[in-house]
Amino acid sequence: MLTHIFNARFIRHALYPLGLLALLLAFNVSAKEYTLLNVSYDVSRELYRDVNAAFADYWLKETGDKVTIQQSHDGSTKQAAAVIAGLEADVVTMNQQTDVDKLASKGLVSKDWRTRFPDNSAPYTSTTVFLVRKGNPKNIKDWDDLVKSDNVVILSNPKTSGNARYSYLAAWGYALRKLGSEEKAQEFVTQLFKHVPVLSTGGRAATNAFIQNNTGDVLLTFENEAFLIANDLGADKFDVVIPSTSIEADHPVAIIDPIVSKKGNEKVAEAYLNFLWTDAGQEIIAKHHYRPRNPEILARHADEFAKLELFSINDIIPEGWAAAQRIHFADGGLFDQIYKKE
Amino acid sequence: MSAVTQPMNPAKLVARQQLALQDADWVRWSLIAIAVSFIGLFICLPLGLVIVKALSKGVEAYWAALSEPDTLAAIRLTLLTALITVPLNTVFGVAAAWAITRFEFKGKSLLTTLIDLPFSVSPVISGLIFVLLFGAEGWFGDWLIAHDVKIIFAASGIILATVFITFPFVARQLIPLMQEMGSQEEEAALSLGASGWKTFCAVTLPNIKWALLYGVLLCNARAMGEFGAVSVVSGHIRGLTNTLPLHVEVNYNEYNIVGAFAGASILAGLAVVTLVLKTVLEWQQAKR
Amino acid sequence: MSRSSIMPGFRPTIGFTLIYLSLIVLIPLSTLVFQSFQLNWDDYVHIITNKRVLSSFRVSFSTALVAALIAGFFGFIVAWVLVRYSFFGKQFFHALIDFPFALPTAVAGIVLATIFQPSGFLGKLLIDTFGVQVAFKPLGIVMALIFISIPFVVRTVEPVLLEFETSMEEAASSLGATRWQVFSKVIFPNVLPALLTGFALAFARGVGEYGSVIFIAGNIPYVSEIVPLLIVTKLEQFDIEGATAIALTMLVISFVLLLLINLLQFWVRKRSGQL
Repeated sequence: MLTHIFNARFIRHALYPLGLLALLLAFNVSAKEYTLLNVSYDVSRELYRDVNAAFADYWLKETGDKVTIQQSHDGSTKQAAAVIAGLEADVVTMNQQTDVDKLASKGLVSKDWRTRFPDNSAPYTSTTVFLVRKGNPKNIKDWDDLVKSDNVVILSNPKTSGNARYSYLAAWGYALRKLGSEEKAQEFVTQLFKHVPVLSTGGRAATNAFIQNNTGDVLLTFENEAFLIANDLGADKFDVVIPSTSIEADHPVAIIDPIVSKKGNEKVAEAYLNFLWTDAGQEIIAKHHYRPRNPEILARHADEFAKLELFSINDIIPEGWAAAQRIHFADGGLFDQIYKKE
Repeated sequence: MSAVTQPMNPAKLVARQQLALQDADWVRWSLIAIAVSFIGLFICLPLGLVIVKALSKGVEAYWAALSEPDTLAAIRLTLLTALITVPLNTVFGVAAAWAITRFEFKGKSLLTTLIDLPFSVSPVISGLIFVLLFGAEGWFGDWLIAHDVKIIFAASGIILATVFITFPFVARQLIPLMQEMGSQEEEAALSLGASGWKTFCAVTLPNIKWALLYGVLLCNARAMGEFGAVSVVSGHIRGLTNTLPLHVEVNYNEYNIVGAFAGASILAGLAVVTLVLKTVLEWQQAKR
Repeated sequence: MSRSSIMPGFRPTIGFTLIYLSLIVLIPLSTLVFQSFQLNWDDYVHIITNKRVLSSFRVSFSTALVAALIAGFFGFIVAWVLVRYSFFGKQFFHALIDFPFALPTAVAGIVLATIFQPSGFLGKLLIDTFGVQVAFKPLGIVMALIFISIPFVVRTVEPVLLEFETSMEEAASSLGATRWQVFSKVIFPNVLPALLTGFALAFARGVGEYGSVIFIAGNIPYVSEIVPLLIVTKLEQFDIEGATAIALTMLVISFVLLLLINLLQFWVRKRSGQL
C-alpha cells in the first residue's frame, strides 16, 4: 500500500516533464518537427550554439521541417559513459576517438564510424597551445620554457580530462621527437608536472583557475579555447603563444544508430552532422577558432591560425589512442609513474 | 537575561545561583566573538563573494541572467524536486524517529546507523548506484527499455537521487531531541485516554516543532543545492534536465560569471526564506 | 518495558521506516556490493592495497576527522551563542547557518578557492603573516570540509539546547554548583549525544565530499588526492568494478565508524540515565 502511494505520486509528478517530451517525440513524425539531442564535450558550447541555429534555418529552408537541437555538455568520457547508461543522444560530438570507440564496442555506434563521414569523421581539428599573461612576462615561447625556473603551469588531470590528455601527449611528443627516446620523454613530462601545482578534473576548471583565480604563469589548452579567452574574455590580460610543434587534436562525431532509428531521426541526424562539412558549417567552425577541414576556408582564415608543425597521435604512438590510453593513462601507467611515492 | 547585569544583590546565595544560571559577561562576549568570527569567516565571506560576483555587472545583468529561459526551467525543475523530496522524507523522518525513540527493540543502533548511511556515501557514488540500477546496462535496464520508461537522465532520476541524498535529514534532527525529551508527557496523555494520533498532534508535535522545522529546512536546502549525485543522473540536457546547481556550473563553465553567481545567489536566498519562515512561526507562537 | 505496551504506533512506523529505507537506500546501495562481487578476492585486495589508494584513504579520513573536530567545537559554540544569548544581528547569523547546504558544492569549491588561493583575500593574509598556504594543500581540504559541515553540527545541537529544561540547571545551581559545574555536569552531558551525532554526520559527509574539495585541493597524488577523486578517475576509465570496490570499502569504513559513534551515544545516554 505504501509503495503503491509512493509510485502513484512518483509517476504523476516525476514523469510529467518526461511525458511532455515523449508526447513531443511521438508527434514529431506527423507534424514534421524534429528534436535532436547532441551530447558533446565540455568546451564546445559556444560552437554548437551557433551551429544549431544555422542548421535549424538550413533545415527549415531545405525541407520545411522544424528541428530543435538540445545540447548536453560535460567531460567527453563522462558523456560517453552517460550515453552507454541510456542518455538518448542522437549524435555525439566528442573530443577524442577513444570515447566513440567505446560507444562502438557497445553497439551504439557502427564499427565503421570513421568512414561514415569524411576526414575520419572529424569535421575539425584543434591543437594544444599556450595561454600566458599579457606581455608574456615569463617569456614562454616553446615547450622547453615551461620547465624553466619557477614557472607555474596550469593544466587539468590527463586521467579525467580529454583536453589535458592532448596537452600531455603534445609535451610527450615534443620531447620524444626532439630528444629521441621514451626515457627522455618521460623525464621531460615528469619535469613538466613538477611545475603543475594543481590537477583540476576538467578543462574548464583549469581555465577558470588561470583566468579567474590568477593561478599560474601559463595555461596549456586547446587553441580554440585559448583564442576564445584571449579575444573575448580578456584581450588586455592574456596572450596566446603558439609553440614550435604540437599535437593535432581531431574531434570526432558519430550517429547513435539505435536511438535515431527509435526516434525516426535518421535523416535529420545525418544531415546535421554533414552540415558541419558544408561551407557554412566550416565557416562557423573557423569563427570559433577550430581548424576547419576545408582547405579554402582554412586559407581564408590563415592569419588566425598560426603555422606550426603538427604531429598526429599515430606519429608518436603508432598503435593510436587505445595504446595511449593503456600505456600512459591507465592506472599504474606512465602518467601515474610521474607521481611516484618517495 | 538581564539578571546577570545586576550582581549587586547582597544575598550571597541568590547571587551565586544567578551566576550558576548565567554565564559571566566575559564568557558571554568572548563566546559571541568566537561564534561571530567563525560564521563571518566561513559563511559571510563566501556569501559576500557570491553576491559581489552576481552583481558585478549591475542589477540589470543580474535580472537578465535570472530571466533567461534555461534558468527558469532549471528553477522549475529544482522546485519540483524539492516539492516531492521534502514531504516524502519528512513523513519518513517522523515515523522513523517515533519508532526509534519510543520503543525498545533489537538492532536499534544498527537501524539508526543505516538511516545515516546516505550521508557517508560520496555524492559521486550516490549517482552511480542509480545508474547501476536503472541505466541501460543496469539491473532494470532491459525492462525499462522494453517498456520505454525513462528514469535516469530525466526528472524522475534526479528526484530519486535527491531523495536518497536528503533521506536522513528529518529523522536525524528528530531522533536526538525525542530521545532527550523522553516519553513521560506522551505516556501521561495516553493514560488519560487520548488516542495515539491525538497524543502525537497535541503533545509530541509542539515539542518537536523546532527540530522538525530545522530538519525540513535542511532537507530542503540540500535538496535544492545538491550537485554531485544529480550531476551523474541528469544527462545535462539544457532547459530540460539541468537543475539550478547544474545550471550554475554550466554558466560558470561558459565564463558567464554573473549568470553563475546569480543562480547561486537564488540558492543562497533560501537562507532568507528560512529566516522569514522562522520569524513568522515564532511570531504566531507568541501571539497564541 | 512497560512503556512499549502503552505507546501506540510501533508497527506502522517501524514498517514504513523499514520499507522506505530498503527502497531508497538499501536496494540501491546493494548494487555496489554486487558490482564489487564481480571481482575476485585477490583483485579486490590488489585494488585496495594499492599505495595510491591507501594514501588517498589516509588523506580523506584524516582531513575529514580534523574538519569534523573543528566544526564540532566551533559549531557547538555557535549553537550555544545562538540559543542562549541575544545580540545584535543574531537572527541574521541564525539564518545564514544553512547557507553551505544551499550553495552547490561546485560553487562552494570555487568560492573557497577564490578566498584561500595564494593571491586571494585570506590566502594572501595567511601566507604573509603565518607563511601558511591553504589552497592546493591538504589544509585546503580541511577548510572546504569545515564549510560544508557547519550546518550539521549547529542544527543538530540547537534543538536540544532549545528544548533543554532550565529547571535542571536551576536545581543544580540551588544545590550550590558553580556555573562551570552546571555546564559540565548538567548541560554538556545532555547535549553530548546530539553533538556526537553532529560530529558523526560532519565526519561522514566529509569523507565522501567531492565537488567542493576538488577545486581547493591540489589533487596531487599521495598528497592531496581524496578517495572520491580516485573513484571518479576509475569511472573515467570505465573501470566500474574498481570504482565500486573502493566505494564499498569507503562505505564500510564510514558505516563502522558511524555505528561506533551511535553505540557510544547510546552508552553516554545510558550512563546519564536517560534510558
